[in-house]
Amino acid sequence: MLKHYDISGTDFSVAGEASSNFKVVLKKLGISPDIVRRVSIAMYEAEINTVVHGGGGECDAEVLDGCVKIVFKDDGPGIENVELAMQEGYSTASDTVRELGFGAGMGLPNIKKYTDDMKIETQVGVGTKITLIVNL
Amino acid sequence: MAYYHSVTLDRERCRGCTNCIQHCPTEAIRVRGGKAKIIKDRCIDCGECIRVCSSRAKRAVTDSFDILKNYKYNIALPAPALYGQFGSDITADKILSGLTEIGFDDVFEVARAAEYISALTRKMLDEGSLPKPAISSACPAVVRLITVRFPSLINNIVNFLEPMEVAARMARKKAREKTGLPDEEIGVIFITPCPAKMTSIKASIAVNKSAVNGAISVNDVYLRLLGVLKNVKPKNLAKAGFEGISWARRGGESYGTRLQNYIVVDGIQNVIPILSAMENEKLNDVRFAEFSACPLGCVGGALNVANSYVSLNNIKNIADRAGKSKPIGDVKDKDFMFEKQLGASSAMNLDKDLTAAMKKMEEIEKVCETMPQLDCGACGAPSCKALAEDVVRGYADAYDCIFIMREHVRNITNELYEIAESHKDGSGMTSDEIARAKELSKKLLELEQHQQSGYNFNIAEMERY
Ligand SMILES: Nc1ncnc2c1ncn2[C@@H]1O[C@H](COP(=O)(O)OP(=O)(O)O)[C@@H](O)[C@H]1O
Ligand code: SF4
Ligand SMILES: [Mg+2]
Repeated sequence: MLKHYDISGTDFSVAGEASSNFKVVLKKLGISPDIVRRVSIAMYEAEINTVVHGGGGECDAEVLDGCVKIVFKDDGPGIENVELAMQEGYSTASDTVRELGFGAGMGLPNIKKYTDDMKIETQVGVGTKITLIVNL
Repeated sequence: MAYYHSVTLDRERCRGCTNCIQHCPTEAIRVRGGKAKIIKDRCIDCGECIRVCSSRAKRAVTDSFDILKNYKYNIALPAPALYGQFGSDITADKILSGLTEIGFDDVFEVARAAEYISALTRKMLDEGSLPKPAISSACPAVVRLITVRFPSLINNIVNFLEPMEVAARMARKKAREKTGLPDEEIGVIFITPCPAKMTSIKASIAVNKSAVNGAISVNDVYLRLLGVLKNVKPKNLAKAGFEGISWARRGGESYGTRLQNYIVVDGIQNVIPILSAMENEKLNDVRFAEFSACPLGCVGGALNVANSYVSLNNIKNIADRAGKSKPIGDVKDKDFMFEKQLGASSAMNLDKDLTAAMKKMEEIEKVCETMPQLDCGACGAPSCKALAEDVVRGYADAYDCIFIMREHVRNITNELYEIAESHKDGSGMTSDEIARAKELSKKLLELEQHQQSGYNFNIAEMERY
């Protein structure tokens, strides 16, 4: 069960659509409410990052035997210091992005909180790939 | 499991348009065989279809005045929305006295019971014992919407009974003491602005057995009441004040919490995105959420008579004039709590088994890709996606989509034409060509017949949905 989404890096008005679409899919599959909630919160944060920091990219969301796996990929600027980025409140979001209500620096920490496993592969100037796992 | 619903269809009146199917918040309506059909375990009785149906084919089943004959002693429980129906100069005392002239022996204001719920809410907010954010349980249509579409928010619902239920219990106790009659001989009748409350009485998801015996719609009491209002001598019956009466309009219940940090959302289509945001914990800083399925709150209920904006203004004036009511002392919560645990509904799930559900989901996507993505509703389903789902569940056929049907017919016709074209020199057809032409003609005929028989088959099948 694989769902593929293209994530626009320019149209902020559709930011969050992939995660809300996938949330509906999970509910239809009868996945337990608590897991649906955790997946969609984490997925939403990763999606927003792909839009506002990564400049857009793509997402593969999958229900596997025993877990939900979500991968976001972008060819954006990459993350210089992942440890720093993971800290609560740390954000490099621009003023424009903040005005849109993003950039509280809680995205990555929340992803960590709501997933069972997360992996960030990133290279400055090349891009970022983030993998989220939530066990069923 | 049997599902009771107040909202039903008048088959005679339904013209099979697609107005209602696209407004239904739980995709619970299909048009089959030229008539709408409500999928029972999805319907939340919000009354949205009643509001949008131009043929007035959607109705709410409520009780008639005959129900009063079943009891020796009848008490009317007017919803606060009733007060707004007549004009801002008609007092609550007048309306309540009017009710005692059209067949009821006594009245008990639901608005007064609402004040108990407000007091209890304040108490529990003070103690910090309400969920965060706390979602009001006052609108049963919204509570049902949550169980069907937003099950992860079930634990945020404040598990207090609806004011109607609280009023019924209080009214019953008072009547027993006053008349000495047993419960069976006391009729407690709600005057309802909405079908959802009727469903709460007949098939409550909160209590084992409702203390209310039935409900007469605001619409059905309106004329009788209007007839007596002119000359009625107002008795001193109104106990509810500003706080309770205001529950009829958006924001009234929130006012009762005395909080600053609350959100008020009215109209089921507005409620959905807010619930979705709450589910994603985007509104965790909100302390209390008041939702009503109807625009402007219960004054917008589908069974009211007065225009909801006019009624809202009436309610404001009547509530203002009522002022402060007698303060409610310490309330004991156990009298007002849900008796049953709310559970998630499986009405939207594809299958009980995850592997089977995933297989169906994949098939749905495949079927959906072949559709024109116009969400035109001509097939009788609310969207291409919904039709694809119906197809995979076995309740519809891809040819129900008129575009797919047309394309199919076009392909067959083209092939037949080409066979004929290749023999325009007068040469005879080969036996293979004859067989193919026969096969294609048969397919065309089948398609033509499919439409009728397929639909009828589905009407029976949909019951199992
Ligand atoms: N996909 C990405 N591409 C580049 N930088 C990223 C990406 N995701 C996160 N970051 C960096 O990590 C920081 C912290 O992310 P996050 O915790 O989501 O906070 P916020 O998005 O509010 O800034 C961001 O400000 C950004 O510098
Ligand atoms: S808002 Fe009020 S009138 Fe409308 S469905 Fe809910 S309880 Fe009934
Ligand atoms: Mg972020």
